[in-house]
Amino acid sequence: MTCAATLDNRLSIEKSDPGRRGLWCKNPLRAKANVPANLRRKSPPRLPELSEFDVIRHFTRLSRLNFSVDTHFYPLGSCTMKYNPRFNEEAAALEGFAALHPLAHDTCAQGTLELIHDLSARLCELCGLDAITLQPAAGAHSEFTGLLLAKAYFENKGETRNEIVVPDSAHGTNPATASMMGFNTVNITSKPDGRLDVEELKKHIGPKTAVLMLTVPNTVGIFETNIEAIAKAVHEAGALLYMDGANFNALIGMVKPGDLGIDMMHLNFHKTFSTPHGGGGPGAGAIVCRKHLAPFLPVPTVKKEGGKFVSDFGDARSIGKVKAFFGNTGVLVRAYAYMLAHSAKEFGEIAVCSIINANYVAALLKEMYPSYSKEYCMHECVLTPGPDMLAKGLKTLDVAKGLLDRGFHAPTIYFPLIVHEAIMIEPTETESKDTLDEFVAAMKSVHDAGIADPQSLKDAPHTMPVKRLDEVQAARQPNLHW
Amino acid sequence: MPKPEEARYTKTHEWIHLGAEASVGISDHAQHEMGDVVFVELPKVGQKLEKEKPCAVVESVKSAFDIYSPVSGEVTAINDAVTGEPALLNQSPLDNGWLFKMKPSNPAEGETLMNWAAYQDFVKQAAH
Amino acid sequence: MYIPHTKSDKEEMLKTIGAASFEELVKQVPSKFLWPKLNLPAESLDESQAAARMAGLAGKNCRPLSFLGAGAYERYTPAAVKAITSRTEFLTAYTPYQPEASQGTLQAIYEFQSTVSALYGMDCANASMYDGASSFAEAVRATVRVTGRKKIVYSAGVNPQYMDTLKTYFAHSADYTYVKVPMKDGAMDKAALPALLEGAACLAVQTPNFLGLIEDMGGVAETAKKAGALLVAAADPVSLGILAAPGEYGADFAVGEGQSLGLPLAYGGPYLGLFSCKKEHVRQMPGRIAGLTKDKDGKRGFVLTLQAREQHIRRDKAASNICSNEALCALAATVYSSLYGPEGLKELAESNAGAAAFAAERLSAIKGCSLKFKGPFFNEFVLSVPGSAAKLREKALARGVDIGLPLVPLFPELGETLLVCATETKTEADILKLETAIKEAI
Repeated sequence: MTCAATLDNRLSIEKSDPGRRGLWCKNPLRAKANVPANLRRKSPPRLPELSEFDVIRHFTRLSRLNFSVDTHFYPLGSCTMKYNPRFNEEAAALEGFAALHPLAHDTCAQGTLELIHDLSARLCELCGLDAITLQPAAGAHSEFTGLLLAKAYFENKGETRNEIVVPDSAHGTNPATASMMGFNTVNITSKPDGRLDVEELKKHIGPKTAVLMLTVPNTVGIFETNIEAIAKAVHEAGALLYMDGANFNALIGMVKPGDLGIDMMHLNFHKTFSTPHGGGGPGAGAIVCRKHLAPFLPVPTVKKEGGKFVSDFGDARSIGKVKAFFGNTGVLVRAYAYMLAHSAKEFGEIAVCSIINANYVAALLKEMYPSYSKEYCMHECVLTPGPDMLAKGLKTLDVAKGLLDRGFHAPTIYFPLIVHEAIMIEPTETESKDTLDEFVAAMKSVHDAGIADPQSLKDAPHTMPVKRLDEVQAARQPNLHW
Repeated sequence: MPKPEEARYTKTHEWIHLGAEASVGISDHAQHEMGDVVFVELPKVGQKLEKEKPCAVVESVKSAFDIYSPVSGEVTAINDAVTGEPALLNQSPLDNGWLFKMKPSNPAEGETLMNWAAYQDFVKQAAH
Repeated sequence: MYIPHTKSDKEEMLKTIGAASFEELVKQVPSKFLWPKLNLPAESLDESQAAARMAGLAGKNCRPLSFLGAGAYERYTPAAVKAITSRTEFLTAYTPYQPEASQGTLQAIYEFQSTVSALYGMDCANASMYDGASSFAEAVRATVRVTGRKKIVYSAGVNPQYMDTLKTYFAHSADYTYVKVPMKDGAMDKAALPALLEGAACLAVQTPNFLGLIEDMGGVAETAKKAGALLVAAADPVSLGILAAPGEYGADFAVGEGQSLGLPLAYGGPYLGLFSCKKEHVRQMPGRIAGLTKDKDGKRGFVLTLQAREQHIRRDKAASNICSNEALCALAATVYSSLYGPEGLKELAESNAGAAAFAAERLSAIKGCSLKFKGPFFNEFVLSVPGSAAKLREKALARGVDIGLPLVPLFPELGETLLVCATETKTEADILKLETAIKEAI
């Protein structure tokens, strides 16, 4: 499909032809506009002037320079790049949902409110927790909301706790969120298998600890087997246990996080619940929590009153709003459509097949790309280039670029930080055995080609629209607009 | 500029040429570990620095590194050349790539820092 | 369910793995946690059943002729915008971490940044934020970082939801003080500024403000600068088709809600946070930024740049914890702006101003109703009404018209008022229906 020779990489502004137009607005009322001259802009914005066809051709061309889930296997660890069902898109585009103004009267929003109410109930059940907010716009935004809840919770109890404990294997968003909230981050060194050492943990928690943020399964792709002891230690210290739910795809329908003793967790709809990533958003997030945290949730939430659904503005204990209006409702509609397509048992099948897929890839690649962990993984595996590749000076980045030449998106690389030269592969449950076999063959081909001719792999990719890009120049002399 | 052998070094890889007006920069080992430097943020002249507290930032493409003041004191000059041309830190970390000059408030602090030989050992050890 | 595995696929794969059963793979999970009872439907819906359920829910949302605005604006979404954003090469791609495989998304982001910079008249823009409220809050945070001051002065006309979001961002610290610039005839009282701005990190202003009035920004940046404060301006991007650009009146940071550029209302999101600033603050921009560069053959290409500040690298030293942008919404806004171009955006803005002017003229002539403020407005205005605005709204809704937002809960000092908005989607006939609905409700 994509070939460098057909790449026309002019910017839209470079195709602009003064006087050309794509769309008009001919509302006769515009003649009534009476904005005084002193409030008007002095010069028009420098935007391209193009016909509709120019615009369509320009952006269609751009689209073809992308890898995407629909066109390529996209095994980005931690990102859960599963198939995004078309039905979700159709549902979200229904005028009844899409045209609803966020300040619409509750009586006009009964359908959306009912959807949010039902979605909330189903998500609480899947998580084994009691209450939820769907207001956060993404995962990191959910973390932020979760820590606000913790803060409000402890303030309400009259306790001052200013430390967030984060293992060194955590997603970078955890410490960033803690810092943004004015908490001190306490880092704990994980055991070599990425698990938390309960004794080590006990040394770091106490009356100052507000929250332990834990990713389950952890970022090495394995389950926190001592979760019960961890939860006990955290609760004995009077602190809260937060679960980073980025890896919920490994547990959905099979394990209820609430049973593990966690107090709250976040969900990423663009990961576990199949809403598209859109090139980096929009996503949507949620915080699901136990009863004792519920009064602090952002407002509004939805409740049912006498057969009607109403926005519930809670009481003074609420942390307020983390986002204007209700949240990314358009994304929630997609997630709800996805949920309708799954029975209780079928949710469990997501976890089962995502775990089988990750272990299958790890098993087939173990000779050339050894697994970091010596045990079975959950929904993702963390590999590294083998000693023969490292001896030739080949690095994870080279493997990533070599894969692009073979028609596969690269896995997540250099994460988690505790693994040197990490290659983190999350196939997801929607990829078939055939696709995984082709991917494994590509990984082996990258290995063989690299061993035979290391320089050629270091120069990869060779077949993409562009070769390796000069990131140093981009950062030293930023060129950020036309 | 004096020779690298004459400077003192910190565990966070800054060097300092001690004196009434001491100059500070990052070691060759540090610039090598960072890779291509793309941006440098320096303290202000007159700013009071505390030993081992962050006082400047050096960014590479992928990472940002805090620079810690080797000793306490007041900034007397900054090297505008490196903010304009961050590559100087890679090309000449010990010379044209100096970051700032300062007037140490407690000259004794400098004497506790590693000398050239000790720093060489320190870097070697850290590699293992 | 969207899983391709047959029973024999699974068996074969387990055999390759060397596991006797799936249970062996999850031995690391204490068995008492496995397979709890789930109180969820035992049967999933097939697609036609699910479609019926979704259509049923969508049908329960009623669709009055709506004159609601207040930060989210009814727009027509052009077919060409939908066509591009539904291209799955954009829709189903992820953050462009592998630039060679993401040039489409990266160039689109670069063009989006260019569009925002041009509209706001600013030096640079980022790849977008969650929404206008989060852009606003991030801009104010940036001014706190730059100035080292913690006093935030804001005009009373800033969207109350933006202020709520900002206060939530700063909830961790009691050090921040908020000072509201009093209102004079619905706009900022500029005479009060010099005294209030002393020691402030910023002056944050929204124009057109929440009540629809266009603030006269002449001299405001200079006043702020004298006090050592930075100017944050929030502006609706469509209004900038005709109104003075924040860059023209000296704003340091300029933000806005990009929903206005043709995105569906969708009950509050996904929307699009626009964020731009002066060149000297480029490293204070949170979130992702695309930059133009060259590949090793010297060919033009795009990368994410200035990434060192990003959370995944600096961890607890990050400027912000945000790691996603609203790329697909940004794409939609870029296509929308490219289709209309500078002339089309001017027409759009004139149509908004014209429709609102016509509505104001008709409604203020209704007995008992009047315009609350005399100043120039863009596409919404405050209407004083006789009796309870909330009751009027409910009565008119029963007749199929949403006459606007009652302001009593947000601005009790204004008395019984409605915030009425008319965008380019409203015709003369629609506005006459609005007039009739209000008359009948009274």
